[in-house]
Order: sequence, then C-alpha cells, then structure tokens
Amino acid sequence: MKPFAYASPGNVAEAVRDAAAEPNSVFLAGGTNLVDHLKLGVATPDLVVDVRTLTSREITDLPDGGLRLGAASTNSEVAADRRVRERYPVLAQALLAGATGQLRNMATTGGNPLQRTRCVYFQDVTTPCNKREPGSGCSAVGGYTRYHAVLGTTAALPDPTAPETCIASHPSDMAVALAALDALVQVEGPDGARTIPFTELHRLPGDDPSKDTTLAHGELVTAIDLPALPAGTRSAYRKVRDRASYAFALVSVAAVVSGDGPENSSVRIALGGVAHKPWRATRAEEVLRGQQLTDDAVRAAMDAELAAAQPQPGEGGGNGFKIPLVARTAVATLRELTGGTR
Amino acid sequence: MTDLLEPRAIGQALVRRDGEQKVRGTATYAYETPVEHPAFAHPVQATVARGRVTAMDTAAAEALDGVLVVLTPFDAERLASTDDAEFAVLQSPDVAFRGQLIGVVVAETSELARQAADSITVTYDEQPHDSELRSDRPDLYKPEKINPSYETDTEEGDVEAALRSAAVTVDHVYETQMLHNNPIEPHATTALWDPAADVPLTLWDSTQGVHPDRAAVSEVFGLEEEQVRVVCPYVGGGFGSKGTPHANVMLVTMAARALPGRPVKLALTRQQMFFLAGYRTPTIQRMQLGADRSGRLQAIALDVVEQTSKIKEFAEQTGVPTRMTYASPTRRTTHRLAALDVPIPSWMRAPGECPGMFGPEVALDELAEELGIDPVQLRIINEPDVDPETKQPWSSRHLVECLREGAQRFGWADRGPGRRREGDWFVGYGVASSVYPTMRQAQSTAAIRFEDGRYVTEIGAADLGTGAWTVLPQIAADALGVDVDDVEVRIGDTRYPIASVAGGSSGTNTWGSAITVAAREFRSKFGTDPQPGDEATGDVDQASSDEEHSAYAFGAQFAEVRVNADTGEIRLPRLLGVFAAGRIINPRTARSQLIGGMTMGMSMALHENSVFDTRIGQVANHDLAEYHITVNADVGSIEAHWLDEHDPYVNAMGSKGIGEIGITGTAAAVVNAVHHATGVRVRSLPVTLDKLLPGLP
Repeated sequence: MKPFAYASPGNVAEAVRDAAAEPNSVFLAGGTNLVDHLKLGVATPDLVVDVRTLTSREITDLPDGGLRLGAASTNSEVAADRRVRERYPVLAQALLAGATGQLRNMATTGGNPLQRTRCVYFQDVTTPCNKREPGSGCSAVGGYTRYHAVLGTTAALPDPTAPETCIASHPSDMAVALAALDALVQVEGPDGARTIPFTELHRLPGDDPSKDTTLAHGELVTAIDLPALPAGTRSAYRKVRDRASYAFALVSVAAVVSGDGPENSSVRIALGGVAHKPWRATRAEEVLRGQQLTDDAVRAAMDAELAAAQPQPGEGGGNGFKIPLVARTAVATLRELTGGTR
Repeated sequence: MTDLLEPRAIGQALVRRDGEQKVRGTATYAYETPVEHPAFAHPVQATVARGRVTAMDTAAAEALDGVLVVLTPFDAERLASTDDAEFAVLQSPDVAFRGQLIGVVVAETSELARQAADSITVTYDEQPHDSELRSDRPDLYKPEKINPSYETDTEEGDVEAALRSAAVTVDHVYETQMLHNNPIEPHATTALWDPAADVPLTLWDSTQGVHPDRAAVSEVFGLEEEQVRVVCPYVGGGFGSKGTPHANVMLVTMAARALPGRPVKLALTRQQMFFLAGYRTPTIQRMQLGADRSGRLQAIALDVVEQTSKIKEFAEQTGVPTRMTYASPTRRTTHRLAALDVPIPSWMRAPGECPGMFGPEVALDELAEELGIDPVQLRIINEPDVDPETKQPWSSRHLVECLREGAQRFGWADRGPGRRREGDWFVGYGVASSVYPTMRQAQSTAAIRFEDGRYVTEIGAADLGTGAWTVLPQIAADALGVDVDDVEVRIGDTRYPIASVAGGSSGTNTWGSAITVAAREFRSKFGTDPQPGDEATGDVDQASSDEEHSAYAFGAQFAEVRVNADTGEIRLPRLLGVFAAGRIINPRTARSQLIGGMTMGMSMALHENSVFDTRIGQVANHDLAEYHITVNADVGSIEAHWLDEHDPYVNAMGSKGIGEIGITGTAAAVVNAVHHATGVRVRSLPVTLDKLLPGLP
C-alpha cells in the first residue's frame, strides 16, 4: 500500500474543492471496494477525501411521486425501505442479491454504482491491464473470461496489445436496476451541480478503458432519484451466479413492466454481467413494444438485442454461454412478472 | 485382536475444551502470539513463470524509514540443506514458477513491509514456460512411487481381454480440477532467533505437527532439533496444507535470523496462498469398466494423468481406492505425471482418495444406467469378500450396510427414472461410495504424570479444529479408568513428547494408542493410588498392531440436486452420508468432521476451481471473491450418520480415522444426481450451469 493523505472535509463543497485540487485524489464512502484496491495496489491515490457523512443518508419522497436516495444511504437501508420495496422491488431485489449483509451495511447509494470491475487481471498489479495502467494491454483477452463482457465489445479476441482493448464487465447489481428504472444521478462538481440520466453515467471502454463513468474529476454523487412509475407497474431482478450468494453475476436481468395489455404496455429491460456498463436492452424493448410478452416474443426480442454479442474464448471454454443464458434469464424474468406460463 | 478399552468417556458428545477460548477470542493463533516489540515480514514473489533474476533494485525499499531487513537471493544466508527445493528459499536466482519467493522485507509495521516489498524492482532473464497439463503430452513420466509410498502401477489379470469379452463396458475420461486449500487462518508464523538462549530458535507456527515442523526447519538451517522449539496450540484449519511446512516458514526463519532478538511475524495474504501453500493437482482419469449382464465387474482400469512441479515431485495417489473398493477378477491402475513450471502440489484433504473416488464412482453410475440396475444395488453386487489388492480379510467392512441404511434414510426408493420436474426445477438423486484407509503413524510418545490430583497427559499433538484437545482426554480417561475431568491433556509444543503429523486421518489412532500404552504402563507401575510426580510414558510402537487385516473406513453418500430449467443453476437441498468408521470417540466433534468433509466435497463438485492461466502460469482467480467455496445458501441440509461399528483389530479405542472420509465420493454423488435430474452427464469438475445449459429444454 502506498501512503496517502487523508482529508475529512466539513461539507460537500469543501470535499469537491479538495478533490478537484489534487489530480490524484479519490472519494471514500463505504470503502468496500476502494480499501481492497488500496491494499492490492490497484488504487494508488495521493489524497483520499472521506465523504461518508457529507451527503444525505435520507430516503425522501419527491413531489412527482418518486424517491430521492441520499448518496450516503446504505444498501441495507435502501433495500429495507418500505417505499422502495413496494414501488421499486427491482431495486430492493438487486440490492439484496449483492455482496453480503456486512458489506451492504457499509456500501452506499453513491458508491455502489461506482464500484470497479472484478476482472481478475485488473485486480492483479503483476499483469498488464489497460484499465488500471493505460496502454499496458489487456490480459483478459484469451484468458479467464467467465465474468467478462459479451456486449459492447468490438470483437471476439480483440487485439490484447491495443491500448483501447478492454473486455471487463461492470459488477454492480444495483446499477442494473437503476438503469432499468431510468434513475437520475444528482452530482455536485467543481463547475456546479448537474443531473445525469443513470443510463449515461457509465460508459463503454471506447478509446480509454481507464474511465468507467462520465463523471469529471472532482464530481461527487450526492443523490440518486427514482422517477415515479405508473400505477400497476411490476418489476423484478433476477441474478444468475455460480453460487447462491456472495458471488458476482454471470448475468442478471432487471425488468420493469407497466400497463395491462399489449397496446398500452411498456417494458424496460437492463442486463448485468454482460458489458462494461449496465446494459439497457433498448433493441429488445423496441421489438417488444406493443407485443404480448410471451416467451417466444421475449426470446425473439433478446435475439435481436444479442445479435451483436461477441463471445470471448478463454480458459474453461470462455464466456459464450452468457448469450443463451441472458436470453433465457430474461424470458424467465418476464414470464414471472407477467404471470405467464412457458 | 486388541484389548479394547471399556468406553465410558469414549462415546460421549463432550463439548470442545478449547471452545470457550475460541469463542471469546482468547485462543492465540500463531500470528497473534503476544511477543515484545515484533517486526513484520512481507515476501517478494517472482512475476515470471520461469527464468532467472538478474537484478533486484532494493534501494527504494531500504531508504524507507522503518525498514529493518531486505533479503534477496544475492545476499541471503546460505542454508545447510537445500535437498528439498521447496525449502531452499533465496538460495538461487533461478525462478521455477510464478509467485516463487525471491525476497523478503522486514519492517516496523506490516504496511511498511508490504510497501517496501512492492517498491523493489526486479529484472529477469525470462525463459519460455510450460504449465499446461494434457494427457497427450509426450513427456509424461512414471514416478517411482506415489504419495506417500504406494506402488505407481498395479495390474492383475488380463484387463484388455476382460474388457473385450465383457457384455457391457464403460470407457470415459473424467477430470477433476485444480483445488487450493484455504483455511480461514492463512499460513502464519511468529519467529524469534535469540542466539544466546538455550533454545535459540522459537517458532510459533500454524502447523499440523510441531515435531515434523521442527525436524524440517532444523535440517534446513543446520540446527540440532534441541535448538528449535515449535509451539502451536491452535490451528485455524489446515486440511493438509499445514501438514508439512512450506517455503514461508523457511523465509520467516531466515528473516528472524537476520534480526536477532526481534520476533518477526509473517502471514501469507490470501492471494499468496494460491502460490505457496500447496494445492491439489488437476487429474485426468481414463476409467474403463467391464461387466457381465448381472452387473458383476469383470474389469476395472484407471489410468491417471496429473501434474507436479519441475523442482519437487508430488504424485497424488489417485488410483489407490480403485485397487480395493470393488471386486473384479482383472484390474489395472497407473499414474503418469507431467512436470511443469508450476507451484508445488501437496496434500489436500484425502489426497488420492478424494479425486480418486470421482471418476470411478461416476463411471459406476454410467454402468448402472447401461445395465438398468439400481446404482445402490450395483455397488452391493460388487462387494468383495476380502481386500482385492492384498487378499487379506477386512478388519471390518460395512459399505453394504452404509448403502442400505443411507438409502433407507434418504428415501432412495422414491428416486424414479429421472428428469423429474417440480415447477421450474429438475430434481434428481445420486449416490456414491466413500472410502479411506485406517492409518497409524510409526512414531508418537505420550507421558502421563500425576499432578495435583489430576492426570496430566503430554504429547506434541495438533488440533486443527478437529477436536484433539477434547478427544484425547476421553481416551486417556478410559485408559486410566478415571473421570474425564480428572485428565488434563497438553498438546501443540515440541516441549512435550514427540508426536506424528495430524494427517492421513491418523492423529487420534496414533496419539490415542500412545496414550493408552502410557496409561497402562502408569497403572502397572503405580497402581490406582499414585503419588504426586509419578510418571510413565508410552510409545505407539508398543501398542498392539495388526498385520493380518486390511483396515479402511467406508461410507455412502446420497445427494438430492435441483437444476433450474431456465438458467441451469444448481442447488443441493439434501446431502446425506452414512459412515462405518469404527467406534466414534466423540459424536459432537465427529459430526463436525464428517459434515465438514462432505461440505468440502460438495464445494469441489459445484464451486471450487483454481482456473490456471497457462499463458502466464498462475491461478487467475487467486482470492476468495473469485475462488468460490460453497456457502450456506447453496445447500439445504447436510446430515452425517454412522453405524455402530466394532473393529477389534485397529487399535485399543476401536476407532478409525474420520477427518477425510467425508470428502471422498461426494462430488460423484452430486454429479450422478445432476445426471439423474437433467440427463446431462458432466465428466469434468466442477459442475457449473454452462455445462448444463446445452442439455436443457
């Protein structure tokens, strides 16, 4: 571990100023991911700015019927909130599917979506990784790819030496639910406050895999807003993993269904474990618009969504299984939500 | 026949004597030994899989305030013995596997030691490495012996002819994965080198045997055994990985010798455990069975390919259980090794029997299906009268009774033809046999002394969570004919008489036999009314021994598996084992051991998998977030039962070992249940959902 300075500012504005003034700074909230990275040498900041108690820990009603989750609210608190459980079950289920009780007691609304990939090569400083050390290459290509992306990647077996290559997936369950809910991220930064649609918070690797999000340096998440949903909306989160708890998703599906019949129904689907960001399945949603949500219809929609998927070869057979798995999981999740039978 | 103890304390479910200290947190483990002014060590590891260190720039590390010692292969002390390449730390700049120890930093704090170690830049002359196990490698070789000293190959009768003429045959390749021991307490040591003291070297080390530990360290450093003391009252799990010291013990001893008078602490990080603490080799098992229509086996052949490291051989005895579990007129077992540029494999719970009861027990299930015979019945049909390997009678063998009792308790009769669906889940049942040899080590001594009205029993035994602190007093009490509360047992220190390693499920058998000899000696010398200070010793080699019988523990395991029809997710609502392992000394600690073994076997079946990245020569998923171990949510109930077995030959307690039998056969029972549920036969562990998806509707 590299020694670092620690700042404990008195309010959000000071925290933003402190962090912005030091180019190699990070915010510390629950610490469930950052502290590991400090120990492993994955994160080597010069300044750690503790924001744990600076943002709100409250969950408050918004005038339009939505909810505002203070950035400091914990995953346990949000999952247990009666309003969240009743109106946004997809979010409560996603939170409870993540990590362990101990970790959920520490992890925060602001921090959880910003956790970094679990790519084993990213976490091992003895191996090249473009995300950790830009330009060093990607060790994951052709390696252990079971937990890696199949969507948003340019090719199966992209050039491992290219500086833009990264096949990492985003590990957060909460983020997948927030993407499906069209949540809004409230941010305070050196240039003031702004609101970011949740689906635009994370990014694909593009030409810079080291950047997970569209946040500027020094920008701090202060709250996440859940917009109101039409009455009768149902939602669910289904996570498929290698063991029954305390494991990251192989794939996951967040689904939100509003309306009764095909004419006035809308379905929102987000996928986890399959891309560098929580993957909003907009193509599948389009195909399903105005459709009865039968197994066959959902399967066809997922096929359309996954047409561009790239299975990555690797140790133990690679991750091509994710493509049928995520489609089957989406079918099962929507079947359960709509009370259908196979 | 041996003179069996009259069980009074034996058989009682006494609570653990060390339980309260452990629960209260007052039991001190190796790393937390209270010592004055400790310093902290952190290793430097090679980041290439093969080559030579040409330079190590330690200037930045040495410049850090608080760094006390930096050692590299270029300046470390020369060891007295480098016969064991694993122990020859920092003796050469050659790198034989990625993660090998190439240096150590000692500093005032553990954080500083780690920072300094990370700041050392290493230059290598890197060579191409070869770390891929395949059964078609041209360089496979036949080891002289397999662990610990079994014949490498065996053959009886004309196997090929029997296979050709058999009515039904099975011929498949089964694979078990690389597995790593991950006790909660990592490998850890506090070491003190005080040259002026009578005993200059003290190691508080997490070990399965203080005396074997001392012997190894003494030899490596050229010390008399009397110059070394090893202390280990408590072990936070070992499972074989602490059965022999590993390189970390030599490294911390070397670090302590470079800093005389200061205790030095070293605990491996979880990540380092995947390079330095041994592991179970992956195995490739070609299994052939031939049977007549009635299910009687006519041929059994198991040809095993597995790996070892180039610098030190460890040959897992995977084929050994196939030599004696079932009857057959012809039989062949072989072992071939690939020597690779990989870390050094070692003992992991039931080496040999654990992987070796996978391929054969799945093959038997496949044969049962071919024949249309119930898998329980097929095993009963092939019950041998005598040990097929030695032709000796059994000391006791109740596998058939275990199968029958297990089938009855489990409800095996409801099994049905398979692919039964309940809602979104396919449900299936599977069975497999368990077997483990009953072993006693050659050397162990116990001393019993009458002190303050109590019988103090001393022996350098180890309790790695197994219950030795609790069970040995029960044996001593019955051997002395006194109340168990009148016995105090002291273990875990080389100041006590020599004891064998807690391995091979032999601890209680060996130490209990020595204690029984000592107790009988004590009574014959001093009668029933001893004076304070009266003392007698007993050696295990004075205990009655039996060369006429073949001694094994047996068991049968039954698994119920559910497979999700959409996702292929696997759950295990029920795992049930029935064992015949002689007299059970303490039902409470025994149940823990058996359930622990079964859980570990289930974990092997479904989750654990060291994914070896052959491009860089290391385990890719080298931490506990990515190396999955079974969790509570994966399983409903795990039950362990046992038969009231009386074995008059094995020892005075009538007991067989129970530390390892629970892990044998479990993975096969699970795989067989998965097949029954889905129709998908998985022959390569672990069984994961991606292997089932193509076979689901």
